[in-house]
Amino acid sequence: MKSSPARRRAAATAAAVCALAVALAGCGGTTKKDNDNSGPAKTDAKADPGAPLKKGLKLAFLPKQINNPYEKLIDRAGITAAGEFGGKGKEVGPSDASASSQVSYINTLVQQRQDAILIAANDPNAVCGPLKQAMKKDIKVVAYDSDTAPACRQLFINQAGSEEIGRSQVQHLAKQLDYKGEIAILSATQNATNQNTWIRFMKDELSKPAYKNMKLVKTVYGDDDDQKSFQETQGLLKAYPGLKGIIAPTTVGIAAAARYISGSSYEGKVVLNGLGTPNQMRKYVKDGTVEQFSLWDPKKLGYLGSYAAAALASGQITGAEGEKFKAGKLGEYTVGKNGEIILGPPTVFDKANIDKFDF
Amino acid sequence: MKLRWDTAVGVLLVAVFLTGLGTTDGFASRDNLAFAFNDIAEVALMALPMTLLVVAGQVDLSVASMLGLGSALTGQLWDAGWAFETIVPVVLLVGVIGGLLNGWLVTRVGLPSLAVTIGTLALYRGLASVVLGSGAITDFPETYAKWAVDTTTVPGTFLTYPVVLFIVLAAIAAVVLHATGLGRSLFAIGAQEDAAYFAGIRVKRVKLLLFVVSGLISAFAGVVFTLRYGSARADNGQGFEMLVIASVLLGGVDFDGGKGTLVGAVAGVLLIGVLKNLLTLNDVANEVQVIVTGLLLVASVLTPRLITTVSAWRHRRAAASTS
Repeated sequence: MKSSPARRRAAATAAAVCALAVALAGCGGTTKKDNDNSGPAKTDAKADPGAPLKKGLKLAFLPKQINNPYEKLIDRAGITAAGEFGGKGKEVGPSDASASSQVSYINTLVQQRQDAILIAANDPNAVCGPLKQAMKKDIKVVAYDSDTAPACRQLFINQAGSEEIGRSQVQHLAKQLDYKGEIAILSATQNATNQNTWIRFMKDELSKPAYKNMKLVKTVYGDDDDQKSFQETQGLLKAYPGLKGIIAPTTVGIAAAARYISGSSYEGKVVLNGLGTPNQMRKYVKDGTVEQFSLWDPKKLGYLGSYAAAALASGQITGAEGEKFKAGKLGEYTVGKNGEIILGPPTVFDKANIDKFDF
Repeated sequence: MKLRWDTAVGVLLVAVFLTGLGTTDGFASRDNLAFAFNDIAEVALMALPMTLLVVAGQVDLSVASMLGLGSALTGQLWDAGWAFETIVPVVLLVGVIGGLLNGWLVTRVGLPSLAVTIGTLALYRGLASVVLGSGAITDFPETYAKWAVDTTTVPGTFLTYPVVLFIVLAAIAAVVLHATGLGRSLFAIGAQEDAAYFAGIRVKRVKLLLFVVSGLISAFAGVVFTLRYGSARADNGQGFEMLVIASVLLGGVDFDGGKGTLVGAVAGVLLIGVLKNLLTLNDVANEVQVIVTGLLLVASVLTPRLITTVSAWRHRRAAASTS
């Protein structure tokens, strides 16, 4: 076989690849093992619950994406809250929600010596390295809305506990139905972790004696697709003529279901409840299709995040379970397991209050 | 004296750097500089083969998708329990295969590289999604991850591993482009492909080689990216192809081929990186940053043309006045 330049070059490339492989192999054959990102970040600092909130704290909000209206609402409320305790808040962030896009912002916030970074993580781990570096430089890290790996932040402000969301959905609907009748669930995708956790708590709540006259006949999945959710609602009502209520714990699902019911003969006969946003649902609340639905209030989430970050930066808390701090007009909060702080029960929206919200 | 655009970019880079020193706290700290460079490490790596490609009148738009595929593979194989030392050569091999496919379609089937790599841009990104789905694999060992973070330096230096890797590869690329027959043939192919062919340059083989190197480096950039962020995802590096090409063009490499220097391309990469860092440190909104990069890019393509037009016009006037 003659050796052409191209072949020689190919051989050289192969040799280079092998050399690189050997060089790497020299460091030992490492395969997957457990990571160390499972527990929350630990600090040696002691909490001083009596410490006053420091003046002039610099807080930076880093949303998933700078032009996400929902997160803008959270961040604005947080920045306003910072003003209440003499701090200064700002919002910075990437224009796309990819895994790595937040990283350069974290690094620059570290350079700018912010007192705290509040982040809604696009990827729980991609942001970990730089957040750990931030904490090493005594910058406090608070995750909100979407958590990072627990080791990469001191606190996580959770919108609402999964259990509370799940149970309250059943409680609300039961009250509307006078604790009787067949009900169904319109969920998002079959393997959405949060949805399935909520549904588990819904079923548990339904097994209590108070709900003995209520029966969950079916759970359907609209895949968070408007069209599919619409069709699933249609199918559900055809298949179960005695159906009295639907819980749709998904903002896409509840809006699609409301749209179907509002134009059909089921209007006024089937009660729809679930999780939705006021802007999507306003029309259906006003025309009577939906009496009430719930979701957390993003403004309160930002407000609480701001105070929690300030409490951390002022040394009132360190992120350990059981520590308490005061979050302005929202009152006292306690740090839970894994540095989690739960905002509280979801806000219920109805005709009376829906016009006060814009998101 | 004729002003060369790559010199102008160098001057601009120094100017931006000095502005940073003068106006922004912490800009010149080792941490910030290490980070500012690491932040564009993968773009910088991929800009090296891209420079050679563009000089030869070709382009590879699939680089960022290959990065994503490399990242997805790294994650999936790691999750399947493979040793890291086996994963890397496999990922590199996939990069070579991807590069071969690009090169084969360009040289054997005779399609323009722009069209081919728009196709493989979608293809490789699609494959990445097939390999890993929409999830992320994140539990990589610290042993490797530390090589890619901006706090770890090569022992005895203040440089991080990605920086050293880039310096070595950039030096190799500079030598190849400016001091070897292969490099000269790239300029020849870029300037006049037919003439190069008749001058005895194996045009197709050279092009094929370029695409293979581009695929290889892009897949490797996928490994670097994965370790640096500790997160393997199919959508990693999405949109990076534009940054890579922007850096190269900004550095004065002519998109029509035949003209450019590696130093210019490196200056282009650094300018984009330093500018991004400086603007972010000064809280300039992301949208404005995108606009600034876009304007710079338009200027980089437009200015050399203007210079040529103006000098041609002067020439004609001078010729007219002497006749």
